[in-house]
Amino acid sequence: MNITLRVNGESHDLDLDPRVSLLDALRHHLHLTGTKKGCDHGQCGACTVLLNGRRINACLTLACMHDGDDITTIEGIGADGLTPLQQAFIEHDGFQCGYCTPGQICSAVGMAEELRQGWPSHVTDDLTADPELTRDEIAERMSGNLCRCSCYPGIVNAIRQSLGEQA
Amino acid sequence: MKRHAKIDGPQTDRRLDGMAQGVLGQPLDRPDGPLKVTGRATYAAEVRLDRMVHGVLVRAPRVGTLNGFDTERVRGMAGVLAVLTEGLPRNSAQGAIAKSPPGNEGKAQYVGQPVALVVAETLEQATHAAWTLEVGIMPSIPVINPHAAPTEFPEKKQRDLGDLEAAMAEAAATLDETYHTPTLSSAPMEPHASIAEWDGERLTLHGAYQMLKFNRKQLAEALGIDPSAVRVLAPYVGGGFGSKLGISAEAVGAALAARMLGRPVSVVMHRRQVFEMTTRRSQTQQRIRLAADVDGHLLGIGHDALVSNLPGETFSEPVQQGTDFNYAAPNRKVVHEVARLNLIACGSVRAPGEAVGVTMFEVAMDEMAHRLNLDPVEFRLRNIPDHDPLDGKPFSSNMLAQALTEGAQRFGWRHQPPRSRREGEWWIGTGMSAAVRVNMLTESEARVTLTPEGRAKVETDMTDIGTGTYAILTQIAAEMLGLPVAQVETVLGDTDLPPASGSGGSFGAASSGSSVYLACLEIRSQIAARLGIAEEDLTLKDGHAIHANRTIPLSQILDAPITTEGHVEPGDSGKIARNATYGAHFAEVAVNDVTGETRVRRMLGTYACGRVLNVKTATSQCHGGLIWGIGMALTEELIHDPRDGHAVNRDLAEFHIPVNRDVPDLEVYLLPERDDWANPIQSKGIGELSICGAGASVINAIHAACGVRIRDLPATPDKVLAGLMQIES
Repeated sequence: MNITLRVNGESHDLDLDPRVSLLDALRHHLHLTGTKKGCDHGQCGACTVLLNGRRINACLTLACMHDGDDITTIEGIGADGLTPLQQAFIEHDGFQCGYCTPGQICSAVGMAEELRQGWPSHVTDDLTADPELTRDEIAERMSGNLCRCSCYPGIVNAIRQSLGEQA
Repeated sequence: MKRHAKIDGPQTDRRLDGMAQGVLGQPLDRPDGPLKVTGRATYAAEVRLDRMVHGVLVRAPRVGTLNGFDTERVRGMAGVLAVLTEGLPRNSAQGAIAKSPPGNEGKAQYVGQPVALVVAETLEQATHAAWTLEVGIMPSIPVINPHAAPTEFPEKKQRDLGDLEAAMAEAAATLDETYHTPTLSSAPMEPHASIAEWDGERLTLHGAYQMLKFNRKQLAEALGIDPSAVRVLAPYVGGGFGSKLGISAEAVGAALAARMLGRPVSVVMHRRQVFEMTTRRSQTQQRIRLAADVDGHLLGIGHDALVSNLPGETFSEPVQQGTDFNYAAPNRKVVHEVARLNLIACGSVRAPGEAVGVTMFEVAMDEMAHRLNLDPVEFRLRNIPDHDPLDGKPFSSNMLAQALTEGAQRFGWRHQPPRSRREGEWWIGTGMSAAVRVNMLTESEARVTLTPEGRAKVETDMTDIGTGTYAILTQIAAEMLGLPVAQVETVLGDTDLPPASGSGGSFGAASSGSSVYLACLEIRSQIAARLGIAEEDLTLKDGHAIHANRTIPLSQILDAPITTEGHVEPGDSGKIARNATYGAHFAEVAVNDVTGETRVRRMLGTYACGRVLNVKTATSQCHGGLIWGIGMALTEELIHDPRDGHAVNRDLAEFHIPVNRDVPDLEVYLLPERDDWANPIQSKGIGELSICGAGASVINAIHAACGVRIRDLPATPDKVLAGLMQIES
């Protein structure tokens, strides 16, 4: 199938087997291997990318469903120098092996926008007020991104610091 | 020039304490950080090669004799290039051995065993074809239940000192309880992956592996070629936790297929295959007996374990490894029994032995403290041995008392009877446990080059599986050579470089670190010789040599780069003294009286691991251990179907590792320590210590909160609720 994917601001015309997931299109066809495959089943979050600004698991959707869509991968974040979020991940040791890290960072970027738009989460007490940037809100909203090295304390601190600075 | 050291006794000169750069131990950011946060670190499956094709492994759907495959039909499918049904290993190789993994001898000995590899032009074609391939099997009845299985008693793992039965009969207080831990899985985030490419008779394997010098030999033997014809590359590895110690089917399959097709072949395990085709931590049954006098001094310790593995595998989960030396008692008995089952192969998973052995032993210690009406911290303090209780050897260092005392103070430990605190429908309680883990040194080599411009390069086939090797080897070299860390480059993960210990058993940092230290010591000696002074009198800092009030830039001393090698080997030190690491865990939990759910509210660990090489990466490893403890205590369990043994919940949706929201604020304190017996850098392992007993602090906290004693892990709500109902009825 012929589709056009707009990835990190650049258009790519692809002729793909309809079975190719968005994740495999990125990794195997565009050689953007920053997006990781941890489970291929939407269970680990390592493949999180931004689809038209919203975070999704790239393994759970087929590439051919995204003709004309705008996709941001880790390669499109901090391409001209590390963002404060990426810098904070390094500073707070928000990773060890690094395999889940691109997904964590893309997920955090998407989550920040959800927070900004006032989306409540399971731990938000007042569903009508703007959610606050608490430890619990971050931990809850980042629980779709697994880290077996278990760098959750560093991940929470990195996100809290970088979003706190923006606020 | 090569500097060699065999460690036969204490290394008392503590040279690293006398260096001037001041970077060792500091919380240096990982040098590999910028690559990892931008997605530019390339893991095994991410190498881009021309004409590369994809292989997908096929699993055995039942146990029995392999009876042919419908290969012809699959070969005719679109894009299919090859169907391999010969030559794949039955299971992964064990760690730190040079032998190939066992072949399948025409049998599927467990459900999920790799039995074929289908290779096609694209991943989608290979996946479809692999799913289509029918595996012919003449079924046989699998042995699943360890209690109905043939068992063995490995001679070296039995202990019998004094008379435990007599001590149990005469003691003022006794405990005799049986505990169970389920099958557990490493579940690293990066699935096992290999890309194989041949250049004539030479193989290059881009693999996700932990111990490259062994992996190279394992692979060479599996392929029937000389190890010198194999190069393994693993610059970045997405976690291992033991599951990547030895080569697995994807490496052998990729190499065989690539040789047959004359094209590079990539084989990446699917997540569900990672659970089945790599190694698991054995389920354990542990009978623990304790006998104590009225003052809470232990008179007897018994620890019997039943573990499992496939027939023929030499590894058996060393459950009682920590029981040999954790507490004093004149009467001691250990029975170690291995059941031969048709289940996924068992191998090392983070802290093999102590992770489950110390955890259940520390639950038993908590139960015993209650029977004695003693504060559990005090009970442990009363039983710390002053020498190895098994054979009288001195301890290289034993920091258990300091870890317990410091931890209790920092946590604000207060011993309270169960069910003393309630908030709404939640019971609140605190628990603690001790941590012990054996410490080892293994052979390791490294090469270091220093240039006149004041730049250094460290090269070794050591791996960084997230453990921080890039950071700590950089820091050791910078400290020894007096360079800012930015002037030091560390190159890892290539078998063309000097062979290192590899990552495993918590010995990687100290072993490979010692080899880098020795190479740097040799460079220092050569610089000192050129200055006509003793090496001990040489100060190196910021690219300058300082001696007798003179500061000389390296460029004035060196006219060409110096390259040296360091080589460390274990000697008698580990035989003369008991080498181990110690710590303590404290946890506060809330247990829901209505649902039986447990939430960990805070956790603290104190650990002594000798010299800390990087406090930031060491602390992160301790966080990892504590969180694995939460998982082990509350959620992790790989369930085997009792009929055919298949792993029912073999994915990350159903095998519940902790997620971000399961983890509270964690506090880690590393006790200052130098262990001279350990190695020339006085440093010990930290990556595993923090899981050894961590789960027990959670289990003990559940008891303190609501009075329910969980002896079968994990403490899922159904078990806690049953206990609550029993108490209240």
